[in-house]
Amino acid sequence: MVDETGERPRHVDVPVATGVTDTSVAVKAGQRSTFWLKKLQVGFALCVVLVVIVACALSDVLAPYDPIAISLGATLQPPSAEHWLGTDQLGRDILSRIMKGGQVSLLVAFTAVFLAGVIGGLVGVIAGYVGGVFDAVAMRLADVQFALPAVILALVLVGAVGSSLFNLVIVLSLANWARFARVLRSETLSLRERGFVELAKLSDASTTRIVLRHILPNVMSTFIVLATLDIGIIIILEATLSFLGLGVQPPYPSWGTMIADGRAFLEQAWWISIFPGVVLILTVLSGNILGDAARDRLSPTLSTKW
Amino acid sequence: MHRKAREPSVMTRFIFFRTQQALVTVFLVTAIIFVIIRLVGDPTHLMLPPEATEADRALLRDEMGLSDPIPIQYLRFVGDLVQGDMGTSYRFRRPALDVVMERLGATLLLTSLSLGVGTLVGIPLGVASAVRRDTVVDILAKGVAIFGQAAPPFLLALLLVRLFSVELRWLPTSGYGSFSNLILPALALGWYSAAGILRLTRSSMLEVLGSEYVKMARIKGLPAHVVIYKHALKNASLPVLTFMALQFGILMGGAVAIEAIFAWPGVGKLILDSISNLDYAVVQAAVTVSALIFVGLNLAVDILYAIIDPRIRLG
Repeated sequence: MVDETGERPRHVDVPVATGVTDTSVAVKAGQRSTFWLKKLQVGFALCVVLVVIVACALSDVLAPYDPIAISLGATLQPPSAEHWLGTDQLGRDILSRIMKGGQVSLLVAFTAVFLAGVIGGLVGVIAGYVGGVFDAVAMRLADVQFALPAVILALVLVGAVGSSLFNLVIVLSLANWARFARVLRSETLSLRERGFVELAKLSDASTTRIVLRHILPNVMSTFIVLATLDIGIIIILEATLSFLGLGVQPPYPSWGTMIADGRAFLEQAWWISIFPGVVLILTVLSGNILGDAARDRLSPTLSTKW
Repeated sequence: MHRKAREPSVMTRFIFFRTQQALVTVFLVTAIIFVIIRLVGDPTHLMLPPEATEADRALLRDEMGLSDPIPIQYLRFVGDLVQGDMGTSYRFRRPALDVVMERLGATLLLTSLSLGVGTLVGIPLGVASAVRRDTVVDILAKGVAIFGQAAPPFLLALLLVRLFSVELRWLPTSGYGSFSNLILPALALGWYSAAGILRLTRSSMLEVLGSEYVKMARIKGLPAHVVIYKHALKNASLPVLTFMALQFGILMGGAVAIEAIFAWPGVGKLILDSISNLDYAVVQAAVTVSALIFVGLNLAVDILYAIIDPRIRLG
């Protein structure tokens, strides 16, 4: 497993096509012609993410109306100059609710990704470096997470502990840590055999020091890529739980609960569901584009699937 | 190491090792889910009328074996499980496994049809996108993939209902039984996997199209479509096959919301209802069956993969 040339052998559980090769005969011509398109995509994604984050973070200041103020004189109003995106069945302003709901959805998603990443990443790095019983137990636990669809696992967990915001973050990260663990474990396995780690061992560095100073900095780029790609997945998972009534609870709005609210009014008032849905899609889409771009730049050999 | 893979003993060992690993996983799933759902709460509150006394409830708990320590309860559960007994649903007053198996057909119908939609859309578009890389076709296909991966199935379902049921009045908004009931749920769920299959087919095809033997086949003068479909797609389809097994699990998760929207009598909706009714036995049975199917499917694909492609690392 030691590689003389210093090239990192990739350890992939399932052999899978990775990335794009540049040697294809059929497609030599016009290879760079869509390069501008990629730049455009990333630019668009950055703008969307910035606008959404700023609008949601500052919703208390920027929102035109109080997102939970009921106004029975103005129910189910279509989009107008007064209410840009219309009002819902209780006369609440959709735009303000999207901003407030985004605050809740994004806060939950970012915290859950961070937690899942830290737990999964640490478990993966330690399992990869230390091996032995810890490795065996951790990887069997990862198998358990992979053996159940995330939605079902999260539903059962939320059913057990209740759906406070805090619980929701814990549940979402418990349903998403294993990908970090598996990928970072295999990165660590190959790093462990590299020269600089051997040297550190020879110079009597402690295990903690090697992991902190030599392993962690080297898996950081993979971690960032995984985390960026994970945000979209967790936003969708949270929205699904909230849509099913087991996620974010009233009085907080969230994108998932707003979409659920509008279900009964799909006929008369499509804007209740559709606008939060469009914002959700745009946000996840932009997150995915940024994740892909980060992967292309930071760790191009990382497989698109896990 | 590569050569050894052809020897039967290595293959047998691999199959044995993977099967045993899969069984351990399913066993762990049952244990973890068992402990989690014991945290849910006391189902006797829902099972007895509100005027029941604490003594009545204690009696019922004893009867259901709920007052024993959790490890004892779990051992009893495993003992019953190996005999095919997963407890009794208090809501349906029937064996939990029967209740789940009854609903399984509807879910499998939905998920396999969705996977079918995903494959029929994903593979041809993925191939076209790879062959005509950087053309309009490729850009459109990528658009489909990017959009599909960003739109959760439940949202897509609402958009489809709005368009086809409310505006055009072509298809029913919900229900189960006829073919017209199947179309919208399968499209809503299938779109998501189409996106993933498309992406993977594309990157897999690009890799294969760049390989020496494909160049060789072209140089020999074989027509492009023969090389693309016979040589390249055959080899590019291996990773796609593994991916489809993984997709099946994701589809089973997505099916929960789709079943709820379309009033589809499947396992997903059953899990959802059973959680809110604290019907332990049904939740446990449904999750165990889902895990068995998913783990079994992945095991089958892994073994198939090892048989088809002897280069892969065994064990």
